[in-house]
Amino acid sequence: MITLAHLLTLSAVLFALSIAGIFLNRKNVLLLLMCIELLLLSANFNFVAFSRYLGQLDGQVFVFFVLTVAAAESAIGLAILVVLFRERRTIDVEDLNRLKG
Amino acid sequence: MLPLILFYVFATILVAAAVGVIVARNPVYSALLLVLCFVTSAAIWILLEAEFLALVLVLVYVGAVMVLFLFVVMMLDIDLEALRAGFTRFAWLGWITAAVVVLEIVGVVLTKRLGINVMSSASPPLPADYSNTSALGTLLYTRYVYPFEIAAMVLLVAIIAAIALTLRHRRGLKVQDIARQVAVRASERVRLVQMEPEQRK
Repeated sequence: MITLAHLLTLSAVLFALSIAGIFLNRKNVLLLLMCIELLLLSANFNFVAFSRYLGQLDGQVFVFFVLTVAAAESAIGLAILVVLFRERRTIDVEDLNRLKG
Repeated sequence: MLPLILFYVFATILVAAAVGVIVARNPVYSALLLVLCFVTSAAIWILLEAEFLALVLVLVYVGAVMVLFLFVVMMLDIDLEALRAGFTRFAWLGWITAAVVVLEIVGVVLTKRLGINVMSSASPPLPADYSNTSALGTLLYTRYVYPFEIAAMVLLVAIIAAIALTLRHRRGLKVQDIARQVAVRASERVRLVQMEPEQRK
């Protein structure tokens, strides 16, 4: 019998792995975007699990919207990445210092 | 018992693939392992009887978003060695943060004050003729119809933004301008030149 604890723990592990990935791959914008996708997936896991175990479908509707926004985000993120690479010939985060922020 | 075994199998694959995503040397491997993550998650969601979202995850993520990622990975000529430099410098910080996050969330899960019994309650049984897709669709087109429209607008904005960002006008390309071709008049094209007749010597 799969209990809610199984799912929440799995989602926590996934969330933590993607946070560790953001620390590890902090130079590569492409991998940062992939880690953010993984992070959203683990959040969606919680939505689906709670929606199933509480018997309410609203959580799954929310997952639907999260998927929509995540798809839009990755499309725009990759477009920015392509423009960035065209301008600077690099996708290293440390080279993005033109604004001197 | 079988769902639990399947859950453990899929969870193991999912965690292993997620580790692969974050430590792989080549971004192509990362993207492919991320595809494996999404497919395995879809399998677990089917175990949870959320069939519609599982299929949407495979179609939208594996079919569209990850293909986009692979496209960009292979299109850009990235110097991988430079990006890998200093890979382990903040690795300890990353792993510590990850461990703290896991401990915190598991601590919250184990408090047993979430309103339902987290540790032992089974998922409520669904009727035999239950259709996840139609139930979700009913909810989406009645109570959530305005958010649904806004989601469509978000996608439209994303399309326009992505195209506007990556569109570039190159100089010196020979492109047809249909409007100018249609609006042209004979006087702009034919020029009568007055000249002396050539005489044979």
